[in-house]
Amino acid sequence: MSQYVLRRLLIAIPSLLGISVVLFVVLALAPGDPFSELATNPNVPPEVQAALRAKFGLDDPIHLRYLHWLNAMLHGDWGFSFVSRMNVDTLILQRLPATLYVIGSAQILALLIAIPVGVYAATKPYSLFDQIANTLAFVGFSLPTFFTGILFILIFSVTLDWLPFVYTTDIKATGIHWVLEMIRQAIMPVAVLGLFQAASMTRFVRSAMLDVIRLDYVTTARAKGLGQATVIVKHVMRNAMIPVVTLIALQMPAVFGGAIVTEQIFRIPGIGSLLISSILSNDTPVVMAVTFVFACLVVLFNLIADVLYGWLDPRISLR
Amino acid sequence: MLDKELRSMIGQVKDGRMDRRAFIKRMAAVGLTAPLANQILALGGVAMAEGPSTYKPTKRGGGGALKLLWWQGPTLLNPHFATGTKDQDGSRLFYEPLACWDPDGNMKLVLASEIPSIQNGLLAADGKSVTWKLKPGVKWHDGKPFTADDVVFTWEYIIDPATAAITVATYRDITVEKVDDLTVRITFKKPTPFWADAFVGAPNTIIPKHLFADYKGSKSREAPTNLSPVGTGPYKFVEFKPGDLVRGQLNPDYHMPNRPYFDTVEMKGGGDAVSAARAVIQTGEYDFGWNIQVEDDVLLRLEKGGKGKTIYAVGGDTEFIALNFTDPYTEVDGEKSSMKTKHPLFSDPAVRKALSLLIDRESVKKAIYGRAGRTTANFLNGPEKFVSKNTSWEFSIEKASKILDDAGWKPGADGIREKDGKKLKLLYQTSINGPRQKTQAIVKQACQKAGIDVELKSVVASVFFSSDVANPDTYAKFYADIEMFQIPLSQPDPSQHMRRFLSTNVATKENKWQGTNFPRWINKDYDAAIEAAESEMDPLKRAEHYIKANDLMYQDTVFIPVQHRLKVEAAANNLRPIISGWANETDNLHDWYREE
Repeated sequence: MSQYVLRRLLIAIPSLLGISVVLFVVLALAPGDPFSELATNPNVPPEVQAALRAKFGLDDPIHLRYLHWLNAMLHGDWGFSFVSRMNVDTLILQRLPATLYVIGSAQILALLIAIPVGVYAATKPYSLFDQIANTLAFVGFSLPTFFTGILFILIFSVTLDWLPFVYTTDIKATGIHWVLEMIRQAIMPVAVLGLFQAASMTRFVRSAMLDVIRLDYVTTARAKGLGQATVIVKHVMRNAMIPVVTLIALQMPAVFGGAIVTEQIFRIPGIGSLLISSILSNDTPVVMAVTFVFACLVVLFNLIADVLYGWLDPRISLR
Repeated sequence: MLDKELRSMIGQVKDGRMDRRAFIKRMAAVGLTAPLANQILALGGVAMAEGPSTYKPTKRGGGGALKLLWWQGPTLLNPHFATGTKDQDGSRLFYEPLACWDPDGNMKLVLASEIPSIQNGLLAADGKSVTWKLKPGVKWHDGKPFTADDVVFTWEYIIDPATAAITVATYRDITVEKVDDLTVRITFKKPTPFWADAFVGAPNTIIPKHLFADYKGSKSREAPTNLSPVGTGPYKFVEFKPGDLVRGQLNPDYHMPNRPYFDTVEMKGGGDAVSAARAVIQTGEYDFGWNIQVEDDVLLRLEKGGKGKTIYAVGGDTEFIALNFTDPYTEVDGEKSSMKTKHPLFSDPAVRKALSLLIDRESVKKAIYGRAGRTTANFLNGPEKFVSKNTSWEFSIEKASKILDDAGWKPGADGIREKDGKKLKLLYQTSINGPRQKTQAIVKQACQKAGIDVELKSVVASVFFSSDVANPDTYAKFYADIEMFQIPLSQPDPSQHMRRFLSTNVATKENKWQGTNFPRWINKDYDAAIEAAESEMDPLKRAEHYIKANDLMYQDTVFIPVQHRLKVEAAANNLRPIISGWANETDNLHDWYREE
């Protein structure tokens, strides 16, 4: 098992290097420059733009810029944002709590809905419950979050005036009030994202369960006289969870990467909105750092998924 | 108005035979705004009046929290690095200039104690120097006194090329010296009619010497104060998260009496303009929403029974269509739109004239801008003193068709006009933006009716407005026949704005398209008018030069102005914000209060 993990880890290093080269080249070739806003400002002389470009090394050849970046990165220096002239790691750490809180809660909500509903629907396929669950799931993932987000705002903020629709990081309250306020302002974004995720995940859990539930060993287990609950939880779910774990593990980087659309609608200062604003202002170091972190997370969670397979089905780690 | 008559009126005000208000009223009657009437008086030797204050609260603080919503939040808090007005707005909560502009364009004192004038001897009659007296007893937020040294240092900091301050254009040709602890003198190289530029207004705030002295030049990025400003302003810095949040609290030592009114101020960033308008006007979650660029019918709907309203401020921003005077399709020495070419269609003035007749400015106003737009024939729409009255616009498909018929452009088999084998087909580009794309559609329709085929193109704003040499889609490269956008006029004076279109400033491959004359229009009379205006101390003659420059652009149809755009903001019903078309939104923040 440990050899298996080590092998996987060694494969991860060249893939990360490869990813970083691709990201860097794509960003360097992408149109636009970080000082575009200066271009239309009549008060800014062109030589200042040129000086800034030179100062930030934008005129160097691309391979030099890459090596410079890689070297700094290996020394733990993430560079600084061209736009806010602040260190990139500070910027990301500032944004991380809101992302983890909101997107993480949404994922948990999605799991809490999807697994029980999916499992129960699979045990009674084509029953009334299954049909209702299916219908809702289809409706759920056909509605994009920007639509449900605005719908929620119109209902709960504008019409009913129950919930705020602007997420603030500096709630002026302490103790229990602070906690309540934090929960209150997260209800809408968490619900919008969580329900959307839950919809597709429910379908996935259901079909994974159905695949397993018809296998011979399940019938054997039942024939031995085991109770329905034991059969489902111990025998079916454990095997059915392998593809579900893959899905969840590969979605975990998204928790860190944020949900761009939802963050934009509710003004959540998360990684997603940082990424989109950095892309729009061509703030290369930030885009590079965020996407690279994202790539690292994808690789890491792939690894975790592989290890989990090994635990769920020991035959996998032997290959 | 006759020069002589105006001079006699200035004389009357000077002698006290006419009061300023009467003067300003008469100026208004001939189409000048109060601020410009004031500037005329100032240069005519009558001291500039300070705008009347509408501030009512009688004690400092007690106003609770002020919640501002900037849909693009500030990303840095050093005013001299500010890459956009959002950064200037955020910095301005803490840093202050010597003076700012009120809604009428009057000068309002902030850190200066007296408005310079020829009468009080602070403004040199030859226009080559201005002396500023500083308010005594002003303290930085860390308790250190504010003195002339800080003003001089700010200038030194900005002009150091290694600092790469974006405000450098205002400061590099002036000299700032300390006269005594509370007096500074600015010397100009040549007579400077618009002397109130350096250290005035939100982009020109003063930074503390004692905290920035070690971070001048190449170390400018490392200053800790870049992220946690220490200023003299009404609010002290508390917290900053780039793009998300700026927070400040009342400065108990603030130098203006009974100010500020609010105990804390919070500027939240992110999202989009429509939802910002909703959070202020409809749900009242925020007190003020910045720069609400939203179609007017949406705003009208939000305002019905809402908790807030929209407010408008008149400035000089013009949304225009620019015509390319060079050929965007022929490559000469590796450069399209080269100065060695002429535009195949626009070299016929009739085509340019006809195009101007096909822009239905009234419909654009009705369908898109509503209360936030005014139709205009001028490129230069403010300050009022500089606005030409010699121009007019018209929308007429018949007239446009007739002009084209007369010039020999006959409709071909496909209904598109042609002459000498050249078809009237135009590529019309702009940045991706709702109102702009809707305007494109309106223009295209009218052109089609007149037999001109228009192909529309819209480029994402971050590319369109970039200075990226490698990208063919920037507005400066202008690889299209016509293009539409606006260039904000950020101060109550047109000099920097109009300089852009000098023949020497043409955007070419040689200057990496950094030249500002993107229509690539060459006109000697225009150059002469601008040069003359720049050293003309007589305000009337100076205004005449700019009006002439504008009229030359009009005659040659360099630009087709689509709309004179007003600033649009959203505010809670009980908030009393002071918004000037000549200043940033937060420039008068010390005077904001809430009606109980």
